[in-house]
Amino acid sequence: MEVKETKKGETYLLSEVSIGSTGTITKINAEGRLRRRILDMGITPNTQIFLRKKAPLGDPLEITIRGYELTLRKEEASQIEIKVTDVREV
Amino acid sequence: MKKVVIALAGNPNSGKTTLFNALTGATAHVGNWPGVTVEKRTGIFKGYKNETVEIVDLPGIYSLSPYTPEEVITRNFILEEKPDCIINVIDATNLERNLYMTSQLLEMDIPLVLAFNMIDIVNDNHVQLDIKGMEKLLNVPIIPVSALRNSHLNDLVLKAIEESKKVKTPSYSWASDTKIKKIIEEAISIYSKEKIDNPTFHAIKALEGDEIEKEKNSKLFSQVCKLVKSSDDFEVESANLRYEYITKNITSLKKEEKTKISEKLTKSDKIDKVLTNKWAAIPILVLIMFLVFHLVFSENLFFIGSIAGAIKGEDPFSGYGGLISIGDYHPFEDLFYSSSGINSPGVILTNFVNGITGMITQGFRLLFETTSSPEWVSGLICDGILGGVFAVIGFLPQILFLFMFFAILEDSGYMARVAFVLDRIFRKFGVSGRAFIPMIMGYGCAVPAIINTRTLSSDKERIKTIRAIPLFVCGAKLPILVACCGCIASVFNLQSDLIALSIYVIAFATAVISVIVMNNTTMKEDVPPFIMELPSYHLPMAKSLLIHIWDKAKHFLKKASTIILTSTIIVWLLSHLTWSWEYVSEEDISLSILASLGMFIQPLFTPLGFGYQISREFGWTYTVATINGIVAKENVISTLNVIASSLPSTFIGNLDVGNENGIDALIAMYESTNISLGGIYSFIAFNVLTIPCFATLATSKAELPNKKYFINSIFFWLGVSYFVSMSLYLTIDFIWPIGIILPLVIGSVAFLYFYNKKNNLKIEE
Repeated sequence: MEVKETKKGETYLLSEVSIGSTGTITKINAEGRLRRRILDMGITPNTQIFLRKKAPLGDPLEITIRGYELTLRKEEASQIEIKVTDVREV
Repeated sequence: MKKVVIALAGNPNSGKTTLFNALTGATAHVGNWPGVTVEKRTGIFKGYKNETVEIVDLPGIYSLSPYTPEEVITRNFILEEKPDCIINVIDATNLERNLYMTSQLLEMDIPLVLAFNMIDIVNDNHVQLDIKGMEKLLNVPIIPVSALRNSHLNDLVLKAIEESKKVKTPSYSWASDTKIKKIIEEAISIYSKEKIDNPTFHAIKALEGDEIEKEKNSKLFSQVCKLVKSSDDFEVESANLRYEYITKNITSLKKEEKTKISEKLTKSDKIDKVLTNKWAAIPILVLIMFLVFHLVFSENLFFIGSIAGAIKGEDPFSGYGGLISIGDYHPFEDLFYSSSGINSPGVILTNFVNGITGMITQGFRLLFETTSSPEWVSGLICDGILGGVFAVIGFLPQILFLFMFFAILEDSGYMARVAFVLDRIFRKFGVSGRAFIPMIMGYGCAVPAIINTRTLSSDKERIKTIRAIPLFVCGAKLPILVACCGCIASVFNLQSDLIALSIYVIAFATAVISVIVMNNTTMKEDVPPFIMELPSYHLPMAKSLLIHIWDKAKHFLKKASTIILTSTIIVWLLSHLTWSWEYVSEEDISLSILASLGMFIQPLFTPLGFGYQISREFGWTYTVATINGIVAKENVISTLNVIASSLPSTFIGNLDVGNENGIDALIAMYESTNISLGGIYSFIAFNVLTIPCFATLATSKAELPNKKYFINSIFFWLGVSYFVSMSLYLTIDFIWPIGIILPLVIGSVAFLYFYNKKNNLKIEE
């Protein structure tokens, strides 16, 4: 479920925040191979993450992390918790 | 002479294959989306005299804990084949993520050299890298290179050869100032006692709870696992520490003049704003795909012919006669335009090649006439050998043209966006957006498409995709459409391109429905995750495009000169010999071996409209063509062409049955067999959907997880094609059977849907 308004300083799932949000990753909830993959791609706790855009049908998401662009589905994003530090209009 | 083996390893899309091509002079295909290289490839470096230097290009990986099958290839090669040195190719514009894998390679005993690729782009971006500082920090040699501009590549290989002679000590400096250092040391000592190669690497992988490690060294694995409270926590911590170590140390050695890249709108972002725009993305995708196919196959470019015709009220182009004529034969007729409109570049090229091959055949025919050679010599060479092979070669320009467009889309980075845009839709059918790439490749050729499914992450997703790919209308099946639709158009007065389009739609729908059905029956699974890098856009390189196209051309010509040549000769011989090895002339073709074999199987196709109901005398040709099509789909039309030119002249009349496009041959076949509209249509559908060619069969056998799946796949293709073509035949010729077929299909899909829904509910309870 998407949050109506993303507020600074609150913790959300990555799948919930609105486009243009920047945050710091607080926790990875995924298990097994999926978790391994998420970590290998550089999505690790305390990293800055920016939600760039959503695909035309609302899913998957495109994020910027560690200076590159990555796409992942809402389902995978819902395993990632972030603390929002900034929300920008895109 | 001694041999040095150097492996190229690194992240996907970091330029390994470009480097490989530059070093070895090879012509491997390079693309701009992650996962183009799905097999390892070997070549020889020519710039070193003292030893043989073998370069191995490995599929790109993000980490040595592999995720997809092609990533396992890389890990296994490094660990089991033990190269003398690894060149870790690094995209210098994205150091952080690339160096993450380096941190794992450093844990091995294998000598390592880092190649900072795309250094030219880094410099263009006004970023300064302190290479010396990084070398010192990581304790490994670094060579900045540009594979594309061929700079410093010799230095790189010489350094790798030099390093291969040295002994490397494994390092894990990312853990050096942390609590877990002690645990790692203990784990290493457990592994070292057992005399295993690369103990540091294996020990750390075991601590991370690596699945492959668990299988291969289960005893040591369980010993090591006792050292940590939870390997899950260790896994997060190690990933975290590696990245932290890299970020902390690298940032101080990297000087950027501009603001942070993520803050400003780069060129790539601007393009993305349009191409992946919420509203425009899908229309643009449809438009691009339409344009590609239109430029390759249309005989009415941009509908100028139709528009001009509508204005003038008559055919605007009376057809182009061509400048050369040999008697009544005009090899370059309709080269640039025909009565239907202006030709697309693809059609012009095809017509041009067909003109040349046509002149060659005509030349031979005249030669045999003037030297009054026996009838069978002229028949075997002109109709048998040249007719069959030229039918395939005539098709080459369009296939290459199509491949070129796909290569441009791929090389530019657009294909990765397509996966991004379409994932939502594809997931509904049970595959990820990544499956779009191999599937759309299936419109060119199923062989590379099936190999490409290695980039998909789950076995079931691969099986579904591999089974769906041959259902698409690949390049080799196009001649069937051209010939049959042309024939239907002229005999039944229908629109040729609409019929062809309907076949595309039917093939696509069949693929979609069968993936959905598999998804709900034998191939049930949770949707596999979709995590993919989106590379920056860049202009496609003319050189790599040419390399790619040349590669395809070679592959195609090889096929034409071997398998297709052989089978056309066999078809010709079988159709001109009786069981007692006597030569039969054209008039008595129904006495030939081929005819009797075809007649024997023909009844099987009665429900499909080309069995018992059509003439016994010549109706077997469709059967024979279909069987030949399993060798190679190009054979379907070349077989019909060969047999049609052997028909008694009463059926041929004024028709030009030798023509490569096969339309006239099909018309002659129609005249001689009285096949119905539904029969021809179901013949097209059956050949498009049924068991693919030998090359595809061999590839899918190699790519499917085991033999059982391969055999099931054959039955799958056979069953699907038989059912669909039967439905089409019955519906077109009798109409009423649709009243049975449609409810049956809808009913069973609905049953499947509700049955699964009920079962899923049960699981949740």
